[in-house]
Amino acid sequence: MSILVDASTRLVVQGITGREGAFHATRNKAYGTNVVAGVTPGKAGQDVDGIPVFNTVRDAVEATDANTAMVFVPPRFAADAIYEAIESGVDLITCITEGIPAHDMLRVYTHLRRGPQTLVGPNCPGVISPGIATVGIMPTQVFTPGRVGLVSRSGTLTYQISKELSDMGIGQSTVVGIGGDPVVGSSFIDILARFDADPDTDLVVMVGEIGGAEEEKAADFIAENMTTPVVAYIAGFQAPPGKQMGHAGAIITGSSGTAQAKKDALEAQGVRVGTNPTEVAELVRERLG
Amino acid sequence: MDLYEYQGKQLFATQGIPVPAGEVAVTPEEARAAAERIGGKVVVKAQVQVGGRGKAGGIKVAENPDEAEAHARAILGMDIKGHVVHQVWIEAASDIEREYYASITFDRGEKKPLVMLSAAGGIDIEEVAATRPEELARLHVDPLTGFQAHHGRWLAYHANIDAVAIRDVVSVLERLYAGFISLDAMLMEINPLILTTDGRVIALDAKVTIDGNSVGRHPEMASFQESGAEDPQERMARERGVTYVKLDGDVGILGNGAGLVMSTLDVVALAGGRPANFLDAGGGSKADDVVTALEVLLSDDKVKSLLVNIFGGITRCDEVAEGLLTALERLGATLPIVVRLDGTNEEEGRKIIADRAPSNVVVEKTMLSAARRAVELAKEAA
Repeated sequence: MSILVDASTRLVVQGITGREGAFHATRNKAYGTNVVAGVTPGKAGQDVDGIPVFNTVRDAVEATDANTAMVFVPPRFAADAIYEAIESGVDLITCITEGIPAHDMLRVYTHLRRGPQTLVGPNCPGVISPGIATVGIMPTQVFTPGRVGLVSRSGTLTYQISKELSDMGIGQSTVVGIGGDPVVGSSFIDILARFDADPDTDLVVMVGEIGGAEEEKAADFIAENMTTPVVAYIAGFQAPPGKQMGHAGAIITGSSGTAQAKKDALEAQGVRVGTNPTEVAELVRERLG
Repeated sequence: MDLYEYQGKQLFATQGIPVPAGEVAVTPEEARAAAERIGGKVVVKAQVQVGGRGKAGGIKVAENPDEAEAHARAILGMDIKGHVVHQVWIEAASDIEREYYASITFDRGEKKPLVMLSAAGGIDIEEVAATRPEELARLHVDPLTGFQAHHGRWLAYHANIDAVAIRDVVSVLERLYAGFISLDAMLMEINPLILTTDGRVIALDAKVTIDGNSVGRHPEMASFQESGAEDPQERMARERGVTYVKLDGDVGILGNGAGLVMSTLDVVALAGGRPANFLDAGGGSKADDVVTALEVLLSDDKVKSLLVNIFGGITRCDEVAEGLLTALERLGATLPIVVRLDGTNEEEGRKIIADRAPSNVVVEKTMLSAARRAVELAKEAA
């Protein structure tokens, strides 16, 4: 078992004829994901590695029963692409696009949360349930099937910690990159809740970083609502205030959003926080016994 | 992207928010000419993106153009908390009856714009919020329906704005919200928003931050990015499209992906070293990106050793290794460099380094061991 992405996933890739879209759609398919359709306006009737292309998401869903969309379109068109995916009726939308204006995402988010659908991202590496299916851009070779869930704001750090786990023989149920922007469709709490309800996830690793207060909120959620144990990591102790550290969301404003504040909040709720990626994997091993 | 006061006021003016007449000056002579054109009493204000400039002597009232010139001469070149003043804003002095506070922030926690209004303006608003929260009226706005007139009235009444000023203050809030949306702002703050002795409401300061992701659709803001306060290496990095933040240590860091690079800085610090920078060469880093990144890094002469920490996903380790060799050849760098390559094509990448790299380049297998080695080498070189 797993969360979000599994053998029942039927994926439609928005922006499939672009360079990145074609490359990753093909790779997702090669990993075993059921990629049923692609969308690029004006290119209906073509195919990418045997994946049929449609003009609109709605056409694709009607023809193929796609239930998951992945957005690869450029930032200025991404909000429109997400709205289109929402209206097509798919259950899950994953947005890889980096650099979407924050106000666009504020409107998308508000609209999305009034309905039942799920958005992961934007500016995220996607979701992988190792050995079953992947939706996104993650390097699949670092993941192994298993029973530890992982949720992260950062892409490369997700790969680093997953590899540390795999190297110790600890496999993953599902790995979710929620994205590094100030407004993302799914928060730590949304994903932690899904892991907590998943009978095949024994422990969750939460990988946070400076900026915002989502890790602090997650700390309270873990203490009050979760039975599945959580081990955490926070990046950015050396980050100076007021400077954006790469991710649009990774910025310390005033006294809030620091790595230390997040670590303190998590530890106050009994969550162990590793000081480096290797130690995180060691804490997981210790906790699993 | 943070704007200077004068840039914010120029944007306010385009939104119909009243601001005093004013001009930018970069020399004392220009300040005098501006004061002559504006006429009467003026205020000379240092343009720096840091608070407390008034206390630091960066804001002076001038009775006439002679004084404006003298004040500008004193203020230009002044160092205010590490920010050197390159420009002054000369504006008509206002007769202040009351000082209010108004702002809109992008509240990422609530995922809504937050509008705040207070009759206790002109001072540090965080102190008001901490000690007299009842004097700061706060209201979240639904992003899909926007700011309505009733929001303005609610805020004005709850902030105890003087009756005579309510209509104009509400109008300012409406225009501020319209600008917040149309300009893709993350913050718009007016402190103080004043009521003049003759009953007008005017924005006497402007603090505006624009979402960096939106600059593409606001070509008018391209000129605002020119910033005199920027560090030379940071400017060079920005011009070349590399994400770089300068710190004050001596271990240079090059990595891919924001989270991994932040983590690398932390691991270097845990190993007893001091990182010299944050540098994210980006996802899908190609050889040319690595060359550019190294040029930026090595332009900082405090760097004593270099740690290259790559986790290949889209990025391929062999391409990073090739880029590293090209950069070293082109730049002739001799400082010690520790390389850790993991992920896509890691074996090919390590082989390229082992076979062809000069002797100042060493390969370490893990992030931890690489960080420790880079710290040791920096200490030896210091």
